Amino acid sequence: MSPSRIVNPAGTTIPFTFDGRPYAGVAGDTIASALLANGVRIVGRSFKYHRPRGIWGAWTEEPNALADVTLDGRTTPNLRATTEPLAAGMAVRSVNAAPSAEGDRGAFLDRFSAFIPAGFYYKTFLWPDWHLFEPRIRAMAGLGRLDPDNRPAADWPQINATCDVLVVGAGPAGLAAAKAAAGAGRTVILIDDRPQAGGSLLHRGGTVDGMPGADWAATIAGDLASAGHRLLTGTTAYGIYDHDLVCAWQRRPGRADAQWKIRAKRIVVTAGAIERPLVFADNDRPGVMSADAALYYLRRHGVLVGSRVVVAANNSSAAAVAGALAAAGAAVTLADLRADATAPAGVALRKAAAVEAVHGRRGVEAVTVGGERIAADALLVSGGWTPTVHLFCQARGKLRYDDRRAAFVPGDPVAGMAVAGAANGRFSLAEALAEGWRAGGGEGAAPVAGDAEAAFAVVPAWPKAGAKGRQWIDLQNDVTLKDVALAARENFRSVEHLKRYTTLGMATDQGKTSNMNGLAAMAAITGSSIEATGTTTYRPPFVPVPFGIVAGRRRGQLFNPVRRLVLEDAHRAAGAVFREYGGWLRPAWYGAGSEAGEVAREASLARQTVGILDGSPLGKIEVMGPDAGALVDFNSYSTLSTLKPGRIRYGFMLTEGGVVYDDGVVSKVSDEHYIVSCSSGHVPGVAARLEEWRQDRFDPARVFVHNSTLQWATLTATGPRSRQLVAALDLGIDLSDEALPHMAFAEGAFEGRPARVARVSFTGERSYEVSVAVSQAHRLLAAMMEAGRPLGAFPLGSEALLLLRAEKGYLIAGKDTDGTTMPHDLGVTGPRDKRKDEFVGKRSLATDNARDGARRQFVGLAVDGCEPLPTGAHGVDRSGGRTRSIGYVTSSYFSPALGRPIALGLIERGLSRLGETVEIVHLGRALTARIAAPCAFDPDGARLSAPDGAIAVGAPASPRTVAAAITPPFDRGRRWAPIPDWRSAGLFRDGWTAKRVLGLGQTLVSGRLADAVAALAPGAAEVGLFGIAEGAPQLVRIARDRALVVRDEPSDIAAAVGGAGFVATRADDVFAVFELGGPGLRGLLAEMVTADLDAGSRSAATLACGVPVLLYRTTVDRARLHVEAAFAAYLWRWLETRP
Amino acid sequence: MQLFPCPFCGPRDETEFHFGGEAGKVRPEPAAEVDAARWSRYLHVNANPRGATREIWVHATCGEFFLMERDTVTHAVIGSQSLRGEQR
Repeated sequence: MSPSRIVNPAGTTIPFTFDGRPYAGVAGDTIASALLANGVRIVGRSFKYHRPRGIWGAWTEEPNALADVTLDGRTTPNLRATTEPLAAGMAVRSVNAAPSAEGDRGAFLDRFSAFIPAGFYYKTFLWPDWHLFEPRIRAMAGLGRLDPDNRPAADWPQINATCDVLVVGAGPAGLAAAKAAAGAGRTVILIDDRPQAGGSLLHRGGTVDGMPGADWAATIAGDLASAGHRLLTGTTAYGIYDHDLVCAWQRRPGRADAQWKIRAKRIVVTAGAIERPLVFADNDRPGVMSADAALYYLRRHGVLVGSRVVVAANNSSAAAVAGALAAAGAAVTLADLRADATAPAGVALRKAAAVEAVHGRRGVEAVTVGGERIAADALLVSGGWTPTVHLFCQARGKLRYDDRRAAFVPGDPVAGMAVAGAANGRFSLAEALAEGWRAGGGEGAAPVAGDAEAAFAVVPAWPKAGAKGRQWIDLQNDVTLKDVALAARENFRSVEHLKRYTTLGMATDQGKTSNMNGLAAMAAITGSSIEATGTTTYRPPFVPVPFGIVAGRRRGQLFNPVRRLVLEDAHRAAGAVFREYGGWLRPAWYGAGSEAGEVAREASLARQTVGILDGSPLGKIEVMGPDAGALVDFNSYSTLSTLKPGRIRYGFMLTEGGVVYDDGVVSKVSDEHYIVSCSSGHVPGVAARLEEWRQDRFDPARVFVHNSTLQWATLTATGPRSRQLVAALDLGIDLSDEALPHMAFAEGAFEGRPARVARVSFTGERSYEVSVAVSQAHRLLAAMMEAGRPLGAFPLGSEALLLLRAEKGYLIAGKDTDGTTMPHDLGVTGPRDKRKDEFVGKRSLATDNARDGARRQFVGLAVDGCEPLPTGAHGVDRSGGRTRSIGYVTSSYFSPALGRPIALGLIERGLSRLGETVEIVHLGRALTARIAAPCAFDPDGARLSAPDGAIAVGAPASPRTVAAAITPPFDRGRRWAPIPDWRSAGLFRDGWTAKRVLGLGQTLVSGRLADAVAALAPGAAEVGLFGIAEGAPQLVRIARDRALVVRDEPSDIAAAVGGAGFVATRADDVFAVFELGGPGLRGLLAEMVTADLDAGSRSAATLACGVPVLLYRTTVDRARLHVEAAFAAYLWRWLETRP
Repeated sequence: MQLFPCPFCGPRDETEFHFGGEAGKVRPEPAAEVDAARWSRYLHVNANPRGATREIWVHATCGEFFLMERDTVTHAVIGSQSLRGEQR
C-alpha cells in the first residue's frame, strides 16, 4: 500500500499538478504532504545518476524533493516541496527528470555509475577542452531549470529592527527563552521559520506547565504579542554578519516577502536539531524516510506514510514515532541498534538490530533486519540528531564533539550569544525548557515538562570503512561511501577538500543531512577521530534565499538614484530628450528629429544666435572665512587668492599623485569668500576633499565649506546674441566688456532677489551664466525665452554643448584625461614651474615619471574626408618591428561649424609633434590622422568678446510630428516618472501620510553655533536624530560645527553672511522637506533608515533610502525629512511605490 | 554590516562612512626638500597590519573626519576619536 491520508479535514480541496498529472491536496498541505497523501513515492531523480528518489524529510533539510513550481505564470526553480505551502493551480515539476520522475529517460545512467565516480568528469573531459563537453553534461546532470522569462516581484522591503533579545527558533527552548526575557523587561523578537510557533511541541507532543505542549506554545506566543514583542513566523534567520547583524527572510502570506535586518543586544539560538540518516546499502530508495518526518506528516497533515513500517534507529527518539504510527493503524517493527532498547505497546521490537538490505528498486518492498526479511512499504530511519548550530558557527563559534550525544555541539560561548535546547545537544523536552529559560535570562523555576521522559540515549552508528553496497551519504549530490574513500585515496582528506572534490554538502541543502555522515566516513576511512576531522565552514545563507530579498526595492528607478533638475518639467514641455550626465538627468537635445540632426542644429545655432542651457548642476561650493584663500589655493593647481574680487579663474584640482581630478572655475567674491564651480559630476567629491583638508590641515574655526549647488539655478546664455538677451532681463548689471569682461562676475537682482551673472564660456562664444534662487528658476527661464524670442534664442542640450566645447579644444576631466594625465600633459605648466607654496599633488609633478619625455599629451586630431574617428581608437607606432599603442582618441565629432570631423586625444609626445601624421587603428581598420592643436575653431578666441551678433540666422530645422526613434541611454522622458507637482502631491496610506512642506526658511550655519543662533534665530531649539522639536525656529544639528536653522517662513538673510566665528548661507532650496506622519510612522521609517532611531544621536543627518537626509520630529508621530533637493523626486517615488 | 562610532553622531551603519586612509601619515613638505622615496612612502606605502589598526574615516552624512581603531581580523571596533581628541 502507498501512503495515505487518514484524517480528512473538512473544507475544499486544492487542485495541483505534478509532472503534468492532476492531484488534490487540502488546506495546510505542503507540496510534499500533498504528494504523500496522493501516494506519489518517486518525486525526483538524483543529480548525477538519475536514481528514483522519494521524500526524506519534512522541512528545510530535504535533499531529494526539489521541484520547479509554476504559479500565476511565474516559475521558481528548486523549491523544497517540504517547505512550500500548496496553492491552488500550482504546476509542480520534478527536477532532473524527463519526461517525469516516474518514467525518466536518464535512468540508464545509473547502470554506468561504477564508471562515473566523484571527479570523473574533470578527469575525463580534460582534452581538448572541458567547455566542449560541459553543455551536454549539464543537460544530463543537475537540478531545476531557470526560467529566463522569470520576473520576480520588485517590491520586497527591507526592514531594520533593534531589540534587547533576539530568539531564533520558537520551539520549547526558544519559547522559554522569550518568556524569560520578556518577563525580565527586555524587548524581544522571536523568529521561527515555520508558519506557527511551537517547534517540536506541535508534532512530538508533550505537556508543559500542565498544558498540552501546543496549547502552551500558543499561550506564550499570544502573551508575547499582546505585550508588544515581535513574533515573526514564516521567517528564516538565514545569516549573521559583521557586528552581529542578523538577516532574516520573512514570507508574508498575501504580501511581498521582506528582509529583516536585526540588531540585538543578545542573541539566543534555539534552532533545534535535524535528524540524521543511517548509512546502509540502498538507503536512498523511495520510502526510506526520516522517522521524525513520518511523525510530522502524521500529526500535522494526517498522512500515514505506510501501512507496514520498519523503524530503524540508534537512539531513543524513534520509539515515540513507532508507537504513534502503530496507534494510527500501521504494522510497525522497531529495529534499534541499542541492546537495551524498549518499544511502546503494539510495536514489534528487534534489539541490537541493524538494517542489512532494502528490497525494491523503485520503492521499499521489504527490509532485511538481523537476517529476517520483513515486508514493508516504508523504512523510517533515525541515525541521531545534528544540532542546528549554523548561526553560532557563522559568528565564529567553535564546535566540540560530544560522544555521548553523537553530535557536534557549541564549544566556548561567543560574546552576546547563547545556544540552548536541541541546538546545544539538549534533546529532551525538560532539558530544552530549562536551558532556554536560563538563556533568556530567566530566574527561578523554568517551565516544567509534564511527562516523565526518559533521558536521551544514543549509540553512535557511523559509516564503516569498506562497507559493501551503494551506501549513500549525500542524497542531493549523489555521493556514496565509495566516493569518500576515493577522495581519501587521492589525498583529498581534509573535509574542505572532500567537499570540493565530491560535492558532498553542496547545493541547496548544504549537507544538512549528509555532512555529519560524510565527515564520520572520512574519519573512519583515515583512522582519525570525528573531532579531529572536523566540519566544513558554516556560511550564510542557512537556506537558499531569493535574490529579491537581498536586492530589496533597489531596482528600476530606485536602483541608483539620479539627481533631477528643478526645471525638468519645462524641459519636457520643450521636447527634451534626456540622458544621465554625471549623476544628473539632463536634456541631451530638444526636438523630435534624429539625434544627429537635432544636435547639429543646436550646435550651428549656438554660433549664430543664442542658446539657453540649464547649467544648474554645475558646482557652487562656497569657501568662506579668514583662511578661505589659503584653502582654495592649497586645493588648486593655480593660485586663486591673487584674483581681484569679482574675477574668475580656470584651473585644475589634482590628486596627491599629481593627476588631474577635476577642472573648473573659481570666483572670488572677497578675500574671505570664494565659489568653487567644479564639474557637475564631481560636486560631492570636491566638497568632500575641501572638507577633508579643512579639518586635517587648516584651523576649522577659520574656514568653512558650504555646498550651495542646489540653492541656485543657473541658466547659461551662450552665443553671439547672449549679451542682448541678458541685457533684456534688466538685472541691474553693467554688461559692457569693460565692466564685465570675460572671466568676471557681477551681482545683480532678478525680480528683486539676488542674482549673479558670471562670464565664463564652455562654447567659445560670448556667454553669461545667470544664477538665481531655485524658487525663481521657472520665472527666469520664462523671462529668458521671452527676451530671446526676437533674437532667435533656443534651448540648448548637453550633446551640442559637448560638441561645441570639443571644437574649442576644451577638455572634460575624466573623458579627455585619464588616471595618468597631469596638468603639463594638457600644456599648463605655469604653476608647476613658478608656484613656491604647497598645493595638493605638487611633489608628484617633479617625479621621474612626471618628467618623462614620452608622456601622452592632449592634442587635436584632424582627418581627411568626412568620417569622424571612432572614440577610443588607438594611435599605434610600428617602429622597431613591434606594434604598440601611443595613445587614443578621447572625443570625436563632426563639426557643423567647420564642415569636417574633429577629434581630441591623448598621444605620446603629441604637443611636440604638431602636424605629424599618426596611424590610428580601430577594430582592425587602419586610419590616419594629423596631430593638431586641440582648438580647431576660432583659435585666437575672438568670438569670446566679439560684438553682439548680427550673423544671419540659419534655417530652423523642419518641425516633425513623428518622433524619431532613439535608443538608450537617451530617453524621451519615459523611463523616469515625471517630478510631481509638489503643491498638490500627497500620499494617504493605511497608517501613514506624506506630503512636501513648501515655504520653510532654511539657513545653513557653520562655526560657533551658539553665536550663530544668537544672531540669526534667538531661542531656536536644538534637535538631533528623530528628536522632537516643537515650535519654531529649530536648530537642526548636522555636525560638530554645523546646523540648519529652520523657520516657518523663507529666510530673509542675504545669500551668505559671516559673523564672528560663524558663517551662514541661504539654503531654502538646498533641501526639499517632507512631512511624514501617522501611527505607521515607525514602520515606514524602519524601511527607510538604518540608524537606530532610539539611540539619541546628536546629529539629525543620516541616510534614508540611501540618500542624505536630516530627520527629526515636530510631534510624537510626525517627522520631517530634509532631503537633498535633487533627490526629492527619487524619495517621493520610493514612498509612492511602497507596497 | 558593521557599526562604526562617529565621535559626534554615535554608532551608525557602515554605509554612512567612507575610508580616508591610514592614520599617522604626515604630509612631507616642502616639496622641494622631499626626495622621491619619501614621497612614494607617503603616497603608496601602507602598513596594512593584521590585527589592530588606526585609520582615518569620514562620516559622510555629518562630514566629520575622525580616527578609528579597529581590528582587521575580527572587525571589532576598538574606539574612535575626533581629530581634535574627543573620544567615543
